[in-house]
Amino acid sequence: MSALPSPQPQHNDPLIIAGKVYHSRLLVGTGKYRDLEETRRAVEASGAEIVTVAIRRTNIGQNPGEPNLLDVLPPQRYTILPNTAGCYTAEDAIRTCRLARELLDGHDLVKLEVLGDEKTLFPDIPATLMAAEILVKEGFKVMVYTSDDPLIAKRLEEMGCVAVMPLAAPIGSGLGIRNPYNIRLIVENAKAPILVDAGVGTASDAAIAMELGCDGVLMNTAIAAAKNPVLMASAMNKAVQAGREAYLAGRMPRKLYASASSPIDGTFF
Amino acid sequence: MQIFVNGQARDVPEGCDVTQLLAQLELADRRCALEINREIVPRSAYAARKLRCADQVEIIHAVGGG
Repeated sequence: MSALPSPQPQHNDPLIIAGKVYHSRLLVGTGKYRDLEETRRAVEASGAEIVTVAIRRTNIGQNPGEPNLLDVLPPQRYTILPNTAGCYTAEDAIRTCRLARELLDGHDLVKLEVLGDEKTLFPDIPATLMAAEILVKEGFKVMVYTSDDPLIAKRLEEMGCVAVMPLAAPIGSGLGIRNPYNIRLIVENAKAPILVDAGVGTASDAAIAMELGCDGVLMNTAIAAAKNPVLMASAMNKAVQAGREAYLAGRMPRKLYASASSPIDGTFF
Repeated sequence: MQIFVNGQARDVPEGCDVTQLLAQLELADRRCALEINREIVPRSAYAARKLRCADQVEIIHAVGGG
């Protein structure tokens, strides 16, 4: 049996962001987990190489011996992607990125998000454009969270963002890919990697994003809020790979009527 | 002398530098970044940067987030 050839997975299909080669197209967040051990196990099961973190005040005088997120996700092993979550102005986002670069010894890959509304967490596009322009000038490699507007996505790419990350649905909503046509238009026009960031709820959503031709998917809540986050991380790992392979394989055309899979000739009845 | 660390008032001795402050806060061995009055102080400058009265110190680290 071992002589049978197995289908060749896409070994030679790397994701390249800012000149760096990645073999996983799933990027994961590290928020909302029960504890750091669950975070570590879920990230491990996801196969992700890029993990997002938030930048917050250090707790002063509380549990000085407590393990730190970067102890369980060492920057030597993972590409740490600090985000600007919680920032509602370009100024706050830029300040956060500068602090993150200092924190990570000059590592300049950042996830820019400038939020516009607390209820939907939709991005403030004018502020996002303003912050992106300054950060790119300052030498940051900007992966930018944006709406699913194809023109804005193109503009962000032209400004020099290293990846454009449209939402598929509101952050943490788990509603899935709400506007596949826009995501497709964004992908078709893009030269920079396009990653769906936000909105994925379950494995099929991630597969759909990849089948649309996205270069990757970034998610947090879909894994962290699952009943079994580690198992869901494993499911997402496979879904992203399956979706990518299906995209590369090229799906059959849709037809309204049936087409028999067994031959019509040679029937004896 | 009073300074503010992450929004909280704190007394430090005159002439205290950033290295000493971080030791006092038990953060000397932790990975963190720091700004004083909204200006980043690089790690290499901790020992040379003396704190001044009413300095606003922000000390940040990485936490879980998406």
